[in-house]
Amino acid sequence: MDPEGVRGSLGMATVALIGNPNTGKSSLFNALCGGQARVGNYPGVTVEHKTGRMRLGSTLHKSIELVDLPGTYSLSARSADEAVSVEVLSGEMPGLARPDAVIVILDATNLERNLYLLSQVLELGLPTLVALNMWDRLESEGIAIDPKSLSHSLGVPVVCTSASKRMGVADLQAALGELLESAESSQSAREQHQPVGLASTSFPEPFRRCVEELALWFDSQGCRLPRFQIERLLIDDSQAHSYRVIPEVLTSEVTERISQARAQLASEGVAIPLFETRARYAWIKQRVAGVIERKPRERRASLSDQIDRWLTHRWFGLLFFVVLMFLIFQSITWFASWPMDGIEFATQWIGQRIESMMAPGPLRSLLVDGIIAGVGSVLVFLPQIAILFFFIAILEDSGYMSRAAFMMDKSMSVLGMSGKSFLPLMSSFACAIPGIMATRTIENRRDRMVTILIAPLMSCSARWPVYVLMVSAFVPNRSVMGGWIGVQGAVLFAMMALGALVSIPVAWLLQRFVFPGEPSTFIMELSSYKWPSLRVVMMRVWERVLAFLARAGSLILVTSVLIWAAAYFPGDHGPLDIATAKLEAEQASPDADPENMQVLETQINQLKSEMISQSYLGTAGDWIEPIVRPLGWDGKIGVAVLASFPAREVIVATLGTIYSLGADQDENSQGLAAQLRSATWPDGRPVYTLATACSIMVFFALCAQCVSTLVTIRRETNSWRWPIFSFVYMTALAYAGAWIVYNLMSFW
Amino acid sequence: MDNTTLNDLLEGQAGTIIDIQGNDSLSARLMEMGLIPGERVEMVGQAPMGDPVEYSVVGYRLSLRRVEARRVWIQRV
Repeated sequence: MDPEGVRGSLGMATVALIGNPNTGKSSLFNALCGGQARVGNYPGVTVEHKTGRMRLGSTLHKSIELVDLPGTYSLSARSADEAVSVEVLSGEMPGLARPDAVIVILDATNLERNLYLLSQVLELGLPTLVALNMWDRLESEGIAIDPKSLSHSLGVPVVCTSASKRMGVADLQAALGELLESAESSQSAREQHQPVGLASTSFPEPFRRCVEELALWFDSQGCRLPRFQIERLLIDDSQAHSYRVIPEVLTSEVTERISQARAQLASEGVAIPLFETRARYAWIKQRVAGVIERKPRERRASLSDQIDRWLTHRWFGLLFFVVLMFLIFQSITWFASWPMDGIEFATQWIGQRIESMMAPGPLRSLLVDGIIAGVGSVLVFLPQIAILFFFIAILEDSGYMSRAAFMMDKSMSVLGMSGKSFLPLMSSFACAIPGIMATRTIENRRDRMVTILIAPLMSCSARWPVYVLMVSAFVPNRSVMGGWIGVQGAVLFAMMALGALVSIPVAWLLQRFVFPGEPSTFIMELSSYKWPSLRVVMMRVWERVLAFLARAGSLILVTSVLIWAAAYFPGDHGPLDIATAKLEAEQASPDADPENMQVLETQINQLKSEMISQSYLGTAGDWIEPIVRPLGWDGKIGVAVLASFPAREVIVATLGTIYSLGADQDENSQGLAAQLRSATWPDGRPVYTLATACSIMVFFALCAQCVSTLVTIRRETNSWRWPIFSFVYMTALAYAGAWIVYNLMSFW
Repeated sequence: MDNTTLNDLLEGQAGTIIDIQGNDSLSARLMEMGLIPGERVEMVGQAPMGDPVEYSVVGYRLSLRRVEARRVWIQRV
């Protein structure tokens, strides 16, 4: 589909939304699009691409595609997020038409700094609309802004909004409609659109001359580069970045010309890059003069400041942080148990319905033992994942997450990293993939690489199924300290913490030997505390739940079927099917003979374990057993671990499939945990002891069994080297960790 | 000229920015975030381990490490 072709008269327009972080941009996006967003990646880079559809009632443009650009403080080209924003706004992003208009969202309580980004956006020459957000908070901050004079002073329409309360959204839509209409009515509006007094007109004369010369040179090379991008090339000291619009053959010459121009400017006394910020803030000062009024602040700390004094307090702050994390992980086990029982019950019910409707055979086995047992055993963890994301979203939206980074920065800096790595690492506790993607906001390449490589060590939600299964089956359900601390919850907490602890020496080693380089910085906004918006929180939970379901429906479904096939074939299931049919007929008949049923059941179990040891999976198990024996595992566990290479949670599905095929199906109402407890070695000793369970958990805490993570690392680092590196080092770590734990616990 | 930097401010003390030292991308980032000559900055608090430090500048809260704060020259008010 050609985006150029379907818009215009047919009523399609592209509008970009841009703003500083913490300005309520996601609230505004949700308010405008009703929460229907498509999330993906920009081609070739790993910056998140989020678009939504918006309908404008009474105007020419019936349907608008809204592109949500990454939250950024400036349009310089220092980070990937910023470079992408420039490319989208200049219409150079492949597959995306140049926006017809841009909405810049400004935090009204922090106007001057927010205007910095606007001053850069205006220079791109797009029809621009300002959403002056957080309008409802101005009064309590003691600030008065006259939106009319601001609009006049900036030369663009200004609409006051409070996106979290959905105030002013209709006005914004109306203003956008007007803007698009007027832009369309004057043919060359986009080129002509010139707000009053751009900041760049006050750039020093030598600089403007250099830009002029470079522009001429680019033209002569047949590469038309917008003025704004030439300025960026000259100002931003970033070799990592090069606009894709510049042909590769030119890059070395471009680099040379730029360094020449910089040297010349330096000799003429132009301080790159400082002159730009000076010019822009001078412009901002002019624009806001007479528009904004700050009432003389009484020397009273705001509520947010007062909360902050406590939450970042030397002792209380740290204590609060630890207790909060502990409570979050405990409450996940509390709240999730009821919906989990429901899902487990539903899975079994569906399986039984199918069994009652079909005769025993390969197809019934595929459906019940393969698909339903496999996918169902993973689906059971959906409630926990939803609750975890619920808490993470609340921490982010309330502003506490940035305080956590603030408090953690010192300890992270001991490791040579910054508190900024804390946020991606914290999200990696939910899933390493969004965590690794969140490292884009780290400007320092070394910090970013180390964060990417240790992020998969954080205990992601895919490990939950493994931990919960092992803990519920093998850790006593007792409480200590007067019932305040559940032993099971404490073990879960320890498992969650393990990866994070191990990541400390790993990070140190990586920085020492793999990425020697300059230290990191920590320049970060601490946004005011606010009540998290339920809509934003639920939205984020919903996105994660959908992503998890999509994974359960694809990757895990396929793996379940493959594992089922490996456990089912080869082998003649005829006798087993006949025996099963006999047993089911016996059970259905009103005068069932208990003795006969007992005989049949014993026969079926025998046949089943014969089938599984003859199967491909059984053969693989024999082969792998010597390797995993030192960890206290049997061949079945070894196979399950092998089969969980695509995703960690698959081990639960695999164990579910193996034990569902190998155990008595009519008595399995106690679930997989009970089946694991009853599994034995050939000599009758139980396979699973507490030591084995811990060895499995430690292995999964440290291994890199997740194809999606490895693929994400490949995408983020643009090389296969790093995913391979991650896989090798983490697997070695996991094996060693599991071995140590198993041996310590068995000799203890 | 007295060479006080942001790093020398104690909790509750304030100063007016005179200059940002250096002309690398770190200085540019500091200025983008609103630390420009003439602005008033107040030290609001510090992290539990004494570093980084929270400042109030152009109406919002900014966190800087002490080593970064040392680049911002101020005059006490």
